Amino acid sequence: MAIFNLNINGKKQQVDVDPLTPMLWVLRDHANLVGTKYGCGNGTCGACTIHLDGMAMRSCQMTVAQVGNKPVTTIEGLSENGDHPVQKAWLEHDVAQCGYCQAGQIMNAAALLNSSPNPSDEEIAGAMNGNICRCGTYIRIRAAIKTAAG
Amino acid sequence: MTIIKTKYGRRSFIKSTVLAGGGMVLGFSWMAGCKPTPEQVLNMPKEWFNINGFLKIGENGVATIMSQNPEIGQNVKTSMPMIIAEELDIDWKNVIVEQAPLDTTLFKWQIAGGSQSIRQGWPVLRMAGATARRMLMEAAAQEWQVPVEEVTTEAGVLHHKASGKSIGYGAVASAAAKVPVPAEVKLKDLKDFKIIGTPRKNVDGLKLVKGEPLFGLDYRRDGMLIAMVAHPPAFGLKLKSVDDAAAKAMPGIKDVFTINTYNNGYEKQWCDTSAFPELVVVVGNTTWEVMNAKKVLKLEWEPSTAHTETVQGWGGPQKVTVPGGLENTNDHMTKMASLTAKAAKTPLRKDGDPEAAFKNAAQVIERTYTAPFLAHNTMEPMNFFAHVTADKAELVGPIQTPEFIEKTLSARLGLPLEKIDIQMTRQGGGFGRRLYGHYVVEAAVISQKMNAPIKLVYTREDDMTQGVYRPAYHVTYRAALDANKNLVGFHIRGGGTSESPVHANRFPAGAVDNYLAEEWTLETNISTGAWRAPGSNFIAGAEQSFLDEVAEAAGKDPIEFRLALFDKAIASPVGKDNDYDAPRYAGVLKEVKEKSGWGQTQEGVHRGVSAYFCHDSYVAQVVDVVVEGGKPVVQKVHCAVDCGIVVNPEGAHNLVEGGIVDGIGHALYSAMTFKDGTPEQSNFDKYRLIRHSEAPKSIAVHFVKNEIDPTGLGEPLNPPIIGALANALYKATGKRVYDQPFFMGKQMLG
Ligand code: FES
Ligand code: FES
Repeated sequence: MAIFNLNINGKKQQVDVDPLTPMLWVLRDHANLVGTKYGCGNGTCGACTIHLDGMAMRSCQMTVAQVGNKPVTTIEGLSENGDHPVQKAWLEHDVAQCGYCQAGQIMNAAALLNSSPNPSDEEIAGAMNGNICRCGTYIRIRAAIKTAAG
Repeated sequence: MTIIKTKYGRRSFIKSTVLAGGGMVLGFSWMAGCKPTPEQVLNMPKEWFNINGFLKIGENGVATIMSQNPEIGQNVKTSMPMIIAEELDIDWKNVIVEQAPLDTTLFKWQIAGGSQSIRQGWPVLRMAGATARRMLMEAAAQEWQVPVEEVTTEAGVLHHKASGKSIGYGAVASAAAKVPVPAEVKLKDLKDFKIIGTPRKNVDGLKLVKGEPLFGLDYRRDGMLIAMVAHPPAFGLKLKSVDDAAAKAMPGIKDVFTINTYNNGYEKQWCDTSAFPELVVVVGNTTWEVMNAKKVLKLEWEPSTAHTETVQGWGGPQKVTVPGGLENTNDHMTKMASLTAKAAKTPLRKDGDPEAAFKNAAQVIERTYTAPFLAHNTMEPMNFFAHVTADKAELVGPIQTPEFIEKTLSARLGLPLEKIDIQMTRQGGGFGRRLYGHYVVEAAVISQKMNAPIKLVYTREDDMTQGVYRPAYHVTYRAALDANKNLVGFHIRGGGTSESPVHANRFPAGAVDNYLAEEWTLETNISTGAWRAPGSNFIAGAEQSFLDEVAEAAGKDPIEFRLALFDKAIASPVGKDNDYDAPRYAGVLKEVKEKSGWGQTQEGVHRGVSAYFCHDSYVAQVVDVVVEGGKPVVQKVHCAVDCGIVVNPEGAHNLVEGGIVDGIGHALYSAMTFKDGTPEQSNFDKYRLIRHSEAPKSIAVHFVKNEIDPTGLGEPLNPPIIGALANALYKATGKRVYDQPFFMGKQMLG
């Protein structure tokens, strides 16, 4: 066990955990931030996507030690009131079906728009390919990303 | 205007109560409200529903509609309250939809959901809304001392035209609660609908995009422990010995032990499917600690022997044989092929003289289609919270069949039904997987043993390798053409692992003079169950691919070929019990033909068509494939749907798109295969699901307008798309595909 001073959604948070614990489980079990989802645990579904220093990362593939005190943003911290342009676009396009994958999709899309404010269809497909949606909402996701891009 | 009775048999459909602090509560019971026909009861395991709910009008006029129907992504939490709000005649803005609370003495909260929700709920929900409206009108009439017939409503306000009086629903809600429940109520004319048929957003939308804790896996309780289970690595194995010393010594671990999900001699219900009733359990403080301890368990396994079980199915108990041995996908294929090669002792259906028709045919076309086992892969793995004490059990999580699982729990825990509370969370996908509630029972048994609140969590690997798969299928079709290229004989023979996909009375039965349908089943120890559009998710694609080849051999356009068969089924149907409405079937084909501009050639676009009827809705689809960089790409899908009245076009469009994407994905990429009983895919690195770049570029959805009561959309979309896709791939590549998944089977494309 070791103490980590984390910086999550602009707040300091201290946890005492095994340094090899994936950030996903630190968020879900220790920080009580369950918006970040578990889907596969091996980096192949995207449900656990968070931002580390503004970059999209699979939180199941990153240990708490690797994260350290770098700024982490989770879906809960993307905006105060759910009014980040990507969240607004998601609502406008009524994207969710079961909704389970959508936090990861939104976090990945928000990071994509940070690095490429006006992505082409190909760029969207490439950047979003790691995020699985079993409900099949891909077409709405693409439309929502375009709306959020403005 | 339709007048309906609010009472069925001796049981009153509705009870009303004054709300503490002013306002009214109407409790209504679905099961009393709509009696399933015997035929529906028989078909229910796949399409079951049962719900109790209530509607509350506060003194401020805001209506709260309690929705306890499991929301698995099929939009019922939005679309079903819309039906109540419509008949209640209230502004949708003043409606709050809430998940029903866990404890109440007023109502029973056990609910199961399925693709039948809308179909079965339609009359009940309308009745609930209309009854509340009528009681509000009577209360206003009393207050104003005017005849109730003179009271009108509009958007949550009652009016009396002659006197110019008006009053909000909230102001008379308490008085309305004391009005006797009317014996009959009037329903709105469809033309007066203001909410139904208008697009409304998902009521959980904002919570979802904010990442609020809505799902079972998100549930937590103070003092809650985390539990995981280890099951045998292969079907056909069971636990031999456990060395848990290392696991017990791991940090954060509370206990390691084995459980039996069911008591000895317990007679399973249909939803108790589990190939691995004996499990090793690890319980600890946090998920990661438990995962790590599970990895150091030293477990030995031994072969389980063949046995028979009695399972309470629909229509009574059934004997099920579970063979021993370690099974392989290759052996399944060989065995299935030899079963399809043999004539059945008794055909399921025979019209005319099929033997003679094939003997005298100018041309016989014979094709065989196969499909593998599939895992459900709900994005949220199986999980459940349980807190079992000596005198009660509290359970929270994602389950599609709580009403049934409550009975299993009662038998297993030795608690009466009323001591068992099951609360539903939003569910991260269902697709049929959460009909089978062994994980709920496992959670309860673990909690009972630990005497503590626990949350059972399956890893993705546990979830994918535990079983309850869509069966593997194998079917051969034959068609006989006469010298004039007319279809004079049709023969289907096929089956699957533990279930046959053959529906003897479905199209083209009824449209061909000489017809033969036969089936077989292959016993397996790999557990199977309902998977999105059960019974149809393979056969629709096979049938629609085959008809495409027959149309081609007959020199006919594939749509005209089908329409001619429907004309025959309308004008002079062959046989009885034909399980479709030919005009509606032909209707969706005509609609998709027109809307897709079928027949106009577009440079580089290769098209395939299909049509299918299942789960009470009619669907026709045209797939446009283009070839990019030598690879076929689905550019566009045109889809016509006849599901009766569309309640919420927003959610309906989303479901149609999702069903199509899901259907294409599974047809192209997905398979669960076995080597010596071991699932060869255990996570998404090996089990391929469709991804963003592989989804169609666009989907055009066209709903057929009619006034038929609504039917479901969760299931009927993905079966036919497989056929339309296969037919378009043929046009694009010149090769027919017969074995799913198309990109993993013998015909490699792309
Ligand atoms: S849970 Fe991290 S990628 Fe799937
Ligand atoms: S909305 Fe259900 S998995 Fe994406």
